[in-house]
Amino acid sequence: MTTTETVTRAEYCAIACADIFSGAGEIMASPMATLPQIGARLAKLTTEPDLLITDGEALILADVPALGAKAPIEGWMPFRKVFDVVASGRRHVVMGANQIDRYGNQNLSAFGPLQQPTRQMFGVRGAPGNTINHATSYWVGKHSSRVFVDTVDIVSGVGYDKVDPENPAFRFLNIPRVVTNLGVFDFGGPGHTFRALSLHPGVEAATVAENTSFEVTGLDEADVTREPTAEELRLIREVIDPRGLRDREVAL
Amino acid sequence: MRDKRMSLDDVVGELRSGMTIGLGGWGSRRKPMALVRAILRSDVEDLTVVTYGGPDLGLLCSAGKVKKAYYGFVSLDSAPFYDPWFAKARTNGEIVAREMDEGMIKCGLEAAAARLPFLPIRAGLGSAVVDFWEGELKTVTSPYPGPAGTETLIAMPALNLDAAFVHLNIGDKHGNAGYQGVDPYFDDLYCMAAERRYVSVEKIVETEQLVKEVPLQQLLLNRMMVDGIVEAPNGAHFTLAGDSYGRDEKFQRHYAESAKDPESWKAFVDRFLSGSEDDYQAAVQKFAQEQS
Repeated sequence: MTTTETVTRAEYCAIACADIFSGAGEIMASPMATLPQIGARLAKLTTEPDLLITDGEALILADVPALGAKAPIEGWMPFRKVFDVVASGRRHVVMGANQIDRYGNQNLSAFGPLQQPTRQMFGVRGAPGNTINHATSYWVGKHSSRVFVDTVDIVSGVGYDKVDPENPAFRFLNIPRVVTNLGVFDFGGPGHTFRALSLHPGVEAATVAENTSFEVTGLDEADVTREPTAEELRLIREVIDPRGLRDREVAL
Repeated sequence: MRDKRMSLDDVVGELRSGMTIGLGGWGSRRKPMALVRAILRSDVEDLTVVTYGGPDLGLLCSAGKVKKAYYGFVSLDSAPFYDPWFAKARTNGEIVAREMDEGMIKCGLEAAAARLPFLPIRAGLGSAVVDFWEGELKTVTSPYPGPAGTETLIAMPALNLDAAFVHLNIGDKHGNAGYQGVDPYFDDLYCMAAERRYVSVEKIVETEQLVKEVPLQQLLLNRMMVDGIVEAPNGAHFTLAGDSYGRDEKFQRHYAESAKDPESWKAFVDRFLSGSEDDYQAAVQKFAQEQS
């Protein structure tokens, strides 16, 4: 029998990632790491059956397989069609981040000056197009003040303070959630700033404050992350991630 | 109809230093690696490269061939993910980076393919992409006000190419070619955006056989899109190539590890990059046997 006493930190992260997609409807869920993948599949198996999910390459899956497993398909989504979906807005992506600031600016490109960085990562990838076109959430497996910084080196994902209110081309920018190993956050603080919604059981407000460079709105009032249902625990442990890959991505 | 068969070195013989070249594929997927190795053998340099980057860009950087790069990302698609030679060129400030959103490359190639000076796109607004382009990237304002006001968008300039290099699975000697696998990537767009278009294929067959082996929808290139075709079996190695073969992960890791210091890189060059394509393929086979 599964009891909440045995719920691991990674399992709280999994349901928090599933809750990212609450009410999403018939759109493409594009999770870019293990925990958001578990979350998207969990949402599809519980409250969001109309989500579209892919194999991460070019096939749209008809069923919800375990991580890394094959499943019957229902359609084709090569990279060029992904860009059509991005522009259509019918997508919610969950990206990783090397840096995130108070307003939701994100960096996965490089550290240091643009033309001569000190450390090279991927480049901006699809982050500018994702953030300006459709819902974009973030997953951070190790919440630290090196990730949650005052200023990101390179803005690949667009934050709320970059929006030009005179220009309606910015009207689709929407960053619903940031889920980390410590809690669940959004940008509902004053002037679209980083705000705590819930902390995972066992996480102290002081720990979040110590590991975030800027002040977190609502930290003292934040709830505790909800308990998973018995059905959610069964789906995570037996159906979606029987090999326990989730534990490798969540720092304690 | 013209017979467009060429050798790898013939193709590179038509390149000139300072050209803008587009490289097809995506990350570490179906890259025209045999053509890239042929560029490494040549004295062509000062290249401007347009690519969804992977080890193609890495190898060109290792030989100091790249002056400027237009890219949406650079990834090896598996650990260690970041290409070490591209990283070195960037941290040493050796290349001018025109980094952009992935969707902007498709948009820029489509503009070039349609002979348009630009196409509007939302991606890029508010991000550091505008700063990367150092004034080269402008906006355009809609002449049609909408209900929410008048939109100002990125005016993505046409990515006009002097030459395009792509690798497909099967083709004929006239330049008809098809992909076999789950994704065409953007190889048709690279060809349509370029003056000179070169495709390498796993095998060259008679036209009749080509159209039997590949569904109509996978016949990505027609004769108007190709100037030269090279038969290069295993020519995407060490990247994956659809139904033909997967990525050579062990070899890619060896490539990435060899980049770490000058001695190990010299050994890699001596063993794999100092002879012909046939020499490379033989050395790769031997490497695979040793590793198994």
